[in-house]
Parts: sequence; structure tokens; C-alpha cells
Amino acid sequence: MARAGQTFSFLLRSSFLWCDVNKLVFIGKRLIQAVFVLLFIVVLNFFLIRAAPGDPAQVMAGEAGAGDEAYVEQLREKFGLDRPLHEQLFRYVGGIITLDMGYSYRQEQPVAKLIFERLPATLLLTGAAFLVSILLGVLLGALAAARVGRWADSLITVVALIFYATPLFWIALMAVLLFSVQLGWLPGFGMETVGAGLHGLAHSLDIVKHLILPSLTLGLFFMAIYARMTRASMLEVVDLDFVKTAKAKGVHPGRIWRVHVLRNAILPVVTLAGIQAGQLVGGAVLTETVFAWPGIGRLMFDALLQRDYNLLLGVFFISSAMVILFNLVTDFFYTLVDPRIELK
Amino acid sequence: MLKKFLAIVVISVLVTMVNLVNAETPKPGGSINVVIQPEPPGLMLGLVQNGPTQMVAGNIYEGLLRYDNDLKPMPSLATKWEITEGGTVYTFNLKKGVTWHDGKPMTAADVVFTATEFLPKGHPRWRVTKTNVTKIEALDDYTVRFTLKQPFGPFLGAFEVGSMPIIPKHIYAGTDFKSNPANNHPIGTGPFKFNEWKKGSYIHLVKNENYHIDGQPYLDEIYWHVIPDAAARAVAIETGKVDILVPGSIEYWDIPRLTKRDDICMTSKGREFFAPHCWMWINNRNAPMSDKRFRQAIMYAINREFVREAVWNGMGGIPTGPISSKTRFYDDDVKKYPYDPEKAKALLKEMGYDGTPVRLLPIPYGETWQRFAEVVRQNLQDVGIKVKLVATDVAGWNQKQNEWDFDLAFTYLYQYGDPALGVARSYITSNIAKGSPWNNVGGYSNPKVDELFANAAVAYPDAKRQELYTEVQKILAEDVPVAWLLELDFPTIHKCDVQNLISTGIGVNNGFVDAWLNR
Repeated sequence: MARAGQTFSFLLRSSFLWCDVNKLVFIGKRLIQAVFVLLFIVVLNFFLIRAAPGDPAQVMAGEAGAGDEAYVEQLREKFGLDRPLHEQLFRYVGGIITLDMGYSYRQEQPVAKLIFERLPATLLLTGAAFLVSILLGVLLGALAAARVGRWADSLITVVALIFYATPLFWIALMAVLLFSVQLGWLPGFGMETVGAGLHGLAHSLDIVKHLILPSLTLGLFFMAIYARMTRASMLEVVDLDFVKTAKAKGVHPGRIWRVHVLRNAILPVVTLAGIQAGQLVGGAVLTETVFAWPGIGRLMFDALLQRDYNLLLGVFFISSAMVILFNLVTDFFYTLVDPRIELK
Repeated sequence: MLKKFLAIVVISVLVTMVNLVNAETPKPGGSINVVIQPEPPGLMLGLVQNGPTQMVAGNIYEGLLRYDNDLKPMPSLATKWEITEGGTVYTFNLKKGVTWHDGKPMTAADVVFTATEFLPKGHPRWRVTKTNVTKIEALDDYTVRFTLKQPFGPFLGAFEVGSMPIIPKHIYAGTDFKSNPANNHPIGTGPFKFNEWKKGSYIHLVKNENYHIDGQPYLDEIYWHVIPDAAARAVAIETGKVDILVPGSIEYWDIPRLTKRDDICMTSKGREFFAPHCWMWINNRNAPMSDKRFRQAIMYAINREFVREAVWNGMGGIPTGPISSKTRFYDDDVKKYPYDPEKAKALLKEMGYDGTPVRLLPIPYGETWQRFAEVVRQNLQDVGIKVKLVATDVAGWNQKQNEWDFDLAFTYLYQYGDPALGVARSYITSNIAKGSPWNNVGGYSNPKVDELFANAAVAYPDAKRQELYTEVQKILAEDVPVAWLLELDFPTIHKCDVQNLISTGIGVNNGFVDAWLNR
């Protein structure tokens, strides 16, 4: 009953915060800033991509195996690369302002369609990895802090260090070798069992089964960071006067750790979580490649190799927008965790 | 006793014969899983000709002819063909009763449309071949005639599905070919129909129930899986998730481990039409590469046998010159370049090589190619040629060749079954032009070579062509415009219960019509 009351009070406070005029002004300012930041990113990336050697016409002519100069020029005309650079830029920026991300001439599809087809797969993977990393990381960090100096603390610290130091692709390959090849417990690639004809719950469970290895692989690195950060932060807070007061008042130790220590130690973790969340869209290239997960990360990597300019810019645009959005959400989350923080 | 013995022998023979018959009789049904890498950009074979597109779409579309492993033409959409008028008229009789995947009949009008309107717009190889043709006409619904300016020896080799896929006129005529919605749902006459493409994941083809060969295809469906990581592809076949690794999708150090297994087989057949030929471009324009002795020194310096053993797992052949041993008109009676570092050093000393470093551009197609480049660099440095490896990705590699911004550059090209189609383009003066990595990138120019290639393409009969190609191979082997490195072997790795997968000179590109599963 008491717990339900606390939860209701938290939600009520959140809604009051939301309705606060100052907060609305804050959101408005940040959105205006976001527009300019996104435009700047688009223009910068437009030029950076074109600074790389080669262009999509040369790549496609190369793949045709017998292209000649006329064929390359034909492709350049099709891609609009024969236009002056400033004209290409204005056309593209004009499109972005109306949320038209252009056309992938290589794949003969609108860029938005290509991205939004693959975006759910990446959000699923990185979302699962995010949850795994933050839940496990905070739990292990709190456990280590509560058992400081004992074997549990040492074990958690060593494990965290190993996962922090080991390259992601190595963890991925070893995971596949062990769980897929040797033990045969989990699938080694893909997002679903192709051709199985599964529907409904069976299909969802099949996806979950395919999700386990890649999400754990991706999540373990950040889990290590959260664990270390949570432990360090809690050990700072546990020595503060208000905690000693709570102990002196006879508050249950579990409640002290959860409500007083963890709550006050969590802010650095929130900051990092905000940064990680912002990378949800573009940050899983290696994992998606090793596990053949059909997400945005691979789409971006392939677009880079193929110099598919419009598609690459579209992915950058979406990931930049996600970073800005999650930064905004993180700022709000601070105020929920610690009401003393004001948004300005 | 004798009677008993004879009875046992007869029964054994009968049992063996029954087993043999059963083993050879294709079983209908089954689903097959194949790796495709990289993911094709599209499946409309008339507009997109890259390797993965040809592998998948070659089973959706068809050409007039197929070619066996000796590159002899076989019927496909054409059942009969005749070459008359001294090799200038080719008449094809089309198979009756062939329908497109949407049920409409395929006729000579589709062939004429394909050859005169569609492919010239988006197919660079057919566009070049067509320059030899003066007229293409439908004599009736099932007869097509091509009239040439003059005899063109390789012309009969220009009708495989990747070189000339037949396109449905009723879908494309009068439309903007590049934006036609059918490009995303290709319609062909082939044994398999397009069903679904989950981007980044798989392409699903299903059996064409109305295919024009009774009882075929045997398979019900094909799933092409997109798996970008080489290790993951090897794991996929080891764990039984896929049945076939197509040529070029496996790293060579994985091959011994995989083929040791009883359930995995390997074949090098199925690439005869392409005969991938690997060499190192030498930029003939600049010193020291412009000196023939420098180029010959490179050939003597490289230990190609070692490269084959150490980098390519013993697979491939040692080339003697511009024409692959698998391609028509090959002749090995040319100057040879065995591994001889001392001879290389002598040549460099004779020309007064001053130690100018040279830049080597490897092919950025994976780790095997990187190792290849490192071995070659080591070989060259052992004879005193300083080499700097240039790092780049595929787009950068294309551009550097297009712009002639290299000293030495790895490449490999397909020969397409005939020197006039796939060899001459790398050595003739008229093909020296910026803008393509597939023409005479090295800048070699020899009027005699130009003349020989031009005459050999139109000579008649084949014996005359052989004479001319023999002469040109001798000249090029002496001049060394490029350093020929390896006749590449791109094996197909497959589960042993996949039968008859490779039935033509282009292998998996159109082999699934004959493939079946012995499960």
C-alpha cells in the first residue's frame, strides 16, 4: 500500500513537471536548437562523404564488370552527380526540410523506406542490449558496492574488466563458436528461422531466441561500464552524513542501499545511459555484421562502402535526431531522479 | 557351390544397379538454403549485372542458350540455332509454350525488344556486342535472326543469361525501364519465381509450377541468406543452417576444415565461362614500369606457386599469359616466367633501376587478398623493388584505377568464354580511357597487338582465330603489360546431398533448375 502510494506520488510529480510552463519553454528552446544542429550535421556530412575517394557511379560500373566511360557517365546522370555540387546540396537540404530523405539510386527505393524497414530490427537489438546492460550493470555494481572488499566485489570487478577490455567482435565470434557450433543451443546468425513459417507467439519466441547472443554480446561492454560506475558512485555516497543518519535511525540496510544510496548515486549512470541510448540507431555495426542481424548499422556500413550518398546521409540524419532526442529525455530524467535539479 | 557363387554375384550386381539408378534419379521437393554475399542491389538482371545479382536472378530469368562445362552451347529458350552466310547470320528457333511468370507467352518479340531496346540502355556488355550487329528481326513468333556486319567468332557465346537475359516486352515496353515497378518483383521465364525479399536478411524464390521443362525444377524453393561475416558463413554451413556457399563467399583457410567433413563437398566446376583471371596492373605510362625489363623482373620475382599454396590453399592455376587455360584459343607456347629472383635482379641491374619505390594497390575484397598483396610485396622487396601498400576500400580502389592513380594494382577479370569478349579489352589501345577499372587501365599500347585482336575477333573459321590468338599471346608474354598472377579457382562448397548443382559453365548462376536434394 505504502509502495503504491509512493509510485502514484512519483507519477503525479512527473505530470506536474510536465505541465510546468518553464519546462515547456525549455523543450521549445531545445527543439529549435535541434533543428539547427541537424541541418549543420546534414551539411557537414554531405561534404565529408564526397571527400572520400570514389562515387556510386564508379562502384556500380565496377560491379557491372564491363563498364566503360559512357556507362559511368550514364550512371552519374541518373544519380544526379553530374550537377554542380551546390545544386546537389540545395536539392538535398531542400528535401530534408520537408522530411524527404531522397532516393537510393543503387537500390531503386526511397531512402526513408529502406531505413524504416531496417530500423525496428536495430531498435530491438540495441534496446534489448541497453536493458541488459543497464539492469545487469546497476545490479552488479550495487552488489559489488554492498560487498566491498569481499570475494563477490573482486569477482564482479574482474568480470567487468574482462568484458570492458575484450573487443566486441571477439566476444561475438566466441559466443557463436560456443553456443551455436559446439553446444547447438542458440542460432548463430539471422533474426529468425527463415522458411519455418512461424506465426504469432512462436514467431516472437523464435526472434527472442535469435536475439539472445547478439544482445548479450552488445550489452556486455556497457554492462561492465555501468557496473564499475555504479560501484564507485555508491561507495562515495555511502560515506555521506545522511546515510549515517539513516543507519543510526535503524532503517533497514536494504532500504538504505536502495532508497538512499542507489538513488543518490545513479546520476552518472543516467548520463551514460543517455549517451548509450542516443547510439541505439548507429552503434551496432559490428554485432549486426557478425550475427547477420538485418539492422541499420549494416545498412549504413554497406552504404558507406557503396558510396550510396543519399542512403548514408539519411541514416546519419536519423541517428543524429535520435541522439538529440535522447539527450532531451535524459535531461528530463535527471529532474525525476533528483527534484533539486532544474531545467534551464 | 558354383551355382551359389554365381547367384550371389548376380544378386550383388542387380542390387548395385538398383542403387545406382536410385542415386541418379532426381527426387522432387525440398527447400534449399544458399548464402549470397554481398546482398544484391537489385534483381532486375537487365539493369544490374553484379555478381550476386547474376547468381540469384540467373534462376529467375533465362537466356537463349546455356553452356556446358566445356563452354559448348546447349538449348535454353532457343532449341535450335543455325549459323549461315559465312558466319554473319545467326537464326534461333525458340521453344514453344514458354510462359512468363505472369502467364503471358514468351515470343520472338520479347527477344527482339530485349536486344534492340532494353539491354542497349542498361547492359554495357551487350551494348558492346551489339555493335557487331546490323539487324535483329523476328521472322515469326518463334524465330529470331541476328545479322552481323561481318563474322564475329564469339557471338554464339553472348547468349548466357547474365550476358543477355530475355526481358518481358509486355511489362517494359513504353515505360521508364529504371523506375518500372516490376524491377522490385522481377518477372522472368526461369525455373524459379521471385516471392519475397526481406532486405538484409534473405531472398525467397519459389518453384515455377509452369516451367517449360516437365518435372523441373526439382526443388520447391530457394532461400538466399545474406550473411556478411565470413566466419559466420562458415559456421552456417557447419551447423547445417545453409546448404551451399557460393563461389567467393568462403575464406580459403576455412576450406580444409569444412571439406574434411563427410557431409560437405566441394567442386571447382561452374566457373569455366567466367574463368576469373588475376593479374597485377602495371602502369606502363610511368618509369620504372614503362621499361619492359622492369615488368619482366616483376614476373620472375613473384613466387606464384608459393602464393597459390600459402594464400589460396593450393587452388587455382598458374597463368602463362592473357588468356586463361579454361578459355577458348589458349596456347601455352609462350615465353615462361618461372620463379627466379636472380634473373629479376639481373634485369633490374641491366636497366639501371634506381630503387624508386612503387605503390601497390591490393584488392579490398577481404583478408585473402590482403595476404596475397603482402606476399607479393615481400617477393618484390627481396629483389630490391621497394613497395608501399596502399590502403583503400572498394570505391577508392575503383577510383584509383579509373584515374590511373597507381603504380601496381591487383585486379581480376572475367573472360566470358572468348578472348574477344573478355581479354582484348585489357590490352588494346582504343580501350585506354579514364573512367572504368575494366578497360586498358595499364595503358599498354602496341599496334600489332591491336591489329591481331581486331582480326581475331572477326576471323573465320576458328582455326584462323587460333592462329591469330597464338601470335598475340606470344607478343604479350614477351612484353608483359601486366603481371599475370593466378587463374582463380572459386569453389562451390555444398552439402553432399545436394545433387547436380553444377550443370553448366556458370554453375549456381543457372544451375538450380537441375539441382535436387538426396534427403
